[in-house]
Amino acid sequence: MSEQAIELRQVSKRQGAFRMEDVTLDIRKGYITGLIGPNGAGKSTLIRQILGMSLPDAGTVRVLGMPMPEREDEIRRRIGFVADESPFYEHLSIRGMARIVAPFYADWDERVFRTYLDRFELTAGAKIRSLSKGMRMKLSIAIAFSHQPDLLIMDEPTAGLDPVFRRELLDLLADYVQDERRTVVFSTHITTDLERIADYIAFLHRGRLQFCEPKDDVLDRYALVKAGPDLLDREVRRSFVGIRETAVGFEALSADREAAVRLFAGYASVERPTLEDIMYFTAKGEPSVHA
Amino acid sequence: MNIILSNATDEPIYAQIARQIREQIWSGSLASGAPLPSIRQLAKDLRISVITTKRAYEELEKEGLIDSVVGKGSFVAGVSPALLRERRLRRVEELLEEAVGDSRALGMGLDELVGLLAILYENGGSEHE
Repeated sequence: MSEQAIELRQVSKRQGAFRMEDVTLDIRKGYITGLIGPNGAGKSTLIRQILGMSLPDAGTVRVLGMPMPEREDEIRRRIGFVADESPFYEHLSIRGMARIVAPFYADWDERVFRTYLDRFELTAGAKIRSLSKGMRMKLSIAIAFSHQPDLLIMDEPTAGLDPVFRRELLDLLADYVQDERRTVVFSTHITTDLERIADYIAFLHRGRLQFCEPKDDVLDRYALVKAGPDLLDREVRRSFVGIRETAVGFEALSADREAAVRLFAGYASVERPTLEDIMYFTAKGEPSVHA
Repeated sequence: MNIILSNATDEPIYAQIARQIREQIWSGSLASGAPLPSIRQLAKDLRISVITTKRAYEELEKEGLIDSVVGKGSFVAGVSPALLRERRLRRVEELLEEAVGDSRALGMGLDELVGLLAILYENGGSEHE
């Protein structure tokens, strides 16, 4: 059995003005991977390729060791998908909706589903149309967990969720990967507490994969440098991924922490960046391509 | 076993975990042979990445403080108190070596460094205990 839950090879996809180009990516089995990037980076396009909801123009996709789309049905049965917009029938009750969804999954467990409804404080008789955005998300999550998928994919799962439930979701996901076999992929364009538990971070920007690495390695490699404006000469400027300048100083991201410490120790503050810092400065620094 | 993580420090999370377990082994509050939580359980309890806890355990394994047995989990290694003391001494030596290197780079003389050390010692400074 493959070590990878998802394998993308040189996947390209054009959709209107958007282009996803040459994405090669492995998502490791048994771990939680966060797919991050600003709006329009291609996160949803990538997820659609994985789910077989759209086919790549070029490249190959393998999920759970099987080729997509050749074995789409089998793959889909083993995936739990939680989307930002839930594809529910407004006029049905939660119970009615579950009755429609359940037959698609061989491993649907009604008891597990009930347990999640209780845990999420959802009433089986409540009409879908009466549910808030957060409650719909909870229902999506309950359905996804109730057929015990090997791979859980969540597209912007924290949208509409309050902080209390977001933290509960962390526990649910940690429980889910306890058996070292199951895999979680989630996408997000904002920094949330979800990233705390991510083992790997895949960073997409303008349709290209910037990196997919253990989160700790990423946070160790980059450095956030802060200092007065007089330190910024052309040489220094060139060493940064992105810079934010003001009248009183600058903040910049370096992709080489050791070099930054060597260069700036004593002159500037060199800190550990957050993923949001990395995302922000990479997006900001983009047009400055030095030959 | 107690572990308290802080976001308000520059110390990486894995290092915070390794340091706290190390201190508990040194102080004897984690006895040799005592089982540690599984990597995934600890990650869940601390709400952090599995890879981070794995790295902390690997660090402690390298130091010989814990043993990991495939399928059984991780345990505090059977190290004698004398050996533990020797390890702690070696660590003090390492830290001092680093301080000496830095003070040399700053052009500090031995007298000045010893003076500084005396002040720190008198103030009873230990940030961890």
